[in-house]
Amino acid sequence: MGEFFHVPSDLQHSYLGLVGWHLEEALIPVLAGLLLALPLAQLCVRLRWLYPPVLWVTTVLYAIPSLAFFVVLINWTGQSEITVMIPLTLYSLVVLVPAIVDGVRSVPEETHAAATAMGFGPVRRYLQVELPIAVPAIFAGLRVATVSSISLVSVGALIGNQGALGNLLADSMFYHRPILAVSSVVTTAVLAMAVDALLVLCRRLLTPWTPPARERGRGAPVSVPAVAEEAR
Amino acid sequence: MGIVTDSRIHGRRSRAAAALIAATAAVALLGACGSSGSGGDGNPLAPAKAAAGQVVVGSNNFAESILLADIYGEALKAKGLKVSYKPNIGSRETTYGLIKNGSLTVLPEYNGALLAYLDPKAVPTSADATDSAAAAKLDPALQLLRHAAAEDKDAVVVNQGTAAKYHLTADSSIADLASAAHELVLGGSPEFQTRQQGVLGLKSVYGLDFKSFKALDAGGALSEAALKKNDVQAADLFTTDFTIAKEKFITLKDPKNLFGFQNVVPLVRKDDLPQKGVDALNAVSAKLDTTTLLDLDTKVQADKKDPLDVATEWLKSVGLS
Amino acid sequence: MSIFHFISDFFSQSAHWHGYDGIPQRLWEHIQYSMLAMAVATGVALPVGLVTGHTGRGGNALALLATAGRALPSFGLLVLLFVIIGLGLLPVMIPLVVLAIPPILVTTNEAVRSVDPAPVDAARGMGMRPLRILAQVELPVALPLILSGLRSAAIQIVSTATIAAYVSFGGLGRYIVDGLYQRDYEQVVGGATLVAGLALATLGAFWLAGRLAVSPGVRHR
Repeated sequence: MGEFFHVPSDLQHSYLGLVGWHLEEALIPVLAGLLLALPLAQLCVRLRWLYPPVLWVTTVLYAIPSLAFFVVLINWTGQSEITVMIPLTLYSLVVLVPAIVDGVRSVPEETHAAATAMGFGPVRRYLQVELPIAVPAIFAGLRVATVSSISLVSVGALIGNQGALGNLLADSMFYHRPILAVSSVVTTAVLAMAVDALLVLCRRLLTPWTPPARERGRGAPVSVPAVAEEAR
Repeated sequence: MGIVTDSRIHGRRSRAAAALIAATAAVALLGACGSSGSGGDGNPLAPAKAAAGQVVVGSNNFAESILLADIYGEALKAKGLKVSYKPNIGSRETTYGLIKNGSLTVLPEYNGALLAYLDPKAVPTSADATDSAAAAKLDPALQLLRHAAAEDKDAVVVNQGTAAKYHLTADSSIADLASAAHELVLGGSPEFQTRQQGVLGLKSVYGLDFKSFKALDAGGALSEAALKKNDVQAADLFTTDFTIAKEKFITLKDPKNLFGFQNVVPLVRKDDLPQKGVDALNAVSAKLDTTTLLDLDTKVQADKKDPLDVATEWLKSVGLS
Repeated sequence: MSIFHFISDFFSQSAHWHGYDGIPQRLWEHIQYSMLAMAVATGVALPVGLVTGHTGRGGNALALLATAGRALPSFGLLVLLFVIIGLGLLPVMIPLVVLAIPPILVTTNEAVRSVDPAPVDAARGMGMRPLRILAQVELPVALPLILSGLRSAAIQIVSTATIAAYVSFGGLGRYIVDGLYQRDYEQVVGGATLVAGLALATLGAFWLAGRLAVSPGVRHR
């Protein structure tokens, strides 16, 4: 069991150091993706003709394998964390834009009209009405983006040990030590599930008006709404 | 798709608001990128350029290279130099560029392989001639230090099945594959396919035209597994690989010296390594022979010892720590 | 050198068009890996999604399964399976199948579960058996959403099948991995372009399938 947490010296990190680094490399892109996706999604809601082409572009971007993205970027950003984080930001964007667009579009017309009648300007209406109602959809997208980001960081191991926990995989092959690969995969998966659970918790705290019962019992929607899956 | 909000009512104002939000987010993102970029400074793997006074020891993507980097780095530390490591970077095609542009200061190299990379046509006749031929082609900022007696060559290795089928023994040479090659799949690292000391040389020097080439890894677990499983019938392995003996693979002789002399040698940046560092690495080379290297490799790859521990133990045993 | 330079250079080299290392061969390998993984994933996830969606049971277990499936890193799983069971197609297929199951499972379940109960009740009133209701009422209505789940699974498989190249297999990933180690960006960009092209073709195929298979009465866009 000790071997599970024992990281070979060439990775220059403790086990927890790798975990922290992995989270940093995975989560900063999701955050950046969210910051980019919010305005882009808002544009897509306002300008309806913009949405289909945006969807097409994002789908093509999503189809480009992460490794290819990394290798091409090495030319500009070197074998560094940034090289890993730029594609992950794009992938997050791809998942988040449709999630937010669908979320904002799901705001009922009456709600919209009521806010306008109360004298809300567009900014205030966006921040206080549309965005909160879209929160569940946004979080659905965030969950997919985050979990996929945590998984993809590992591929960074191939461009000169930039894959945090993924670097254990290369070492596992170099040193003929399967336990290192087990440690990498198990830790990454646990990390992804933990962050995912945390996001679910955040959403519940942010949207106290949605009854938690919606998530239990018969006929309950399955975890991530299909909309977010469709967006990938 | 949900209920559609009527955007026409709110037209221009909301568009302006959207633009405002876009601008804010873009600025925030730039900030985030900038900070994460500079935040990389605390990470030993991130810096693109070596900091002044810091010796950066790099290595290629295979176990022995990482071990050699540890030996060099620890020997330098023992002389009071500030050392950081950048292990498992990739193939020579990448690492040579990095030491040239100053991202690395020291790199464990093999004189013949380096020469073949710099000058594919060179046919040196001794280890020293290999050094001087390589030195002549090196970037002016770089220098080869004294080479060790330790050699680790690429070698064409066949599995038992292939050996039995084509009557190959320990005395057979690569040339003996000539008539059989077109029936065989050759395995090696992806870069082996485009190297002179690789598929190109096997064709031009020995006239071998394999049925196909299967890209594996640099003499690592994939190559061993593929050869054992007969996915490939011949593979490029390193002569210091302990699995050759373990799996009873047969190493073919290289009478035309395609793989040349492959002595372990430190490649360094002249201006970034002080004289005491040069002396320390030359002292390492003086002590390192092939038997020692094989023994150290086995400790790391078979006995599952940490390369850094193996490196420091050995340095201590030869009085270099 | 711009990206477009790389692309045009890659595709104009005749050496890239034939032999075991040529584009047609690599493309065909890639399609084979993708189809195989897709067939297995669909075979597992589609029936489970349909039945759970129809009965409305097992939502929690499904959610947990989908989350766990998504959380497993594909590349890590590939290397882990290689070091444990050795070289073979299985270490390549398992990560791809694991990757594709959650989207298929979740969307299928959601699609069937959210079918308007009125026609289902009507069908039941007409004396239809559950299996017939599923096949003749729920499935046609749920088809557009189910197809979208299959589509996103297929796109992810096509993109991720590149990792097969890391453990000695062929496919379009060969160009990307070889290009990385040979420091040949032309190959990397060419390979990435081919993968993106294949993904677009997959999108097109699903669009066509939707046109042909979805009943006009259900087509709402």
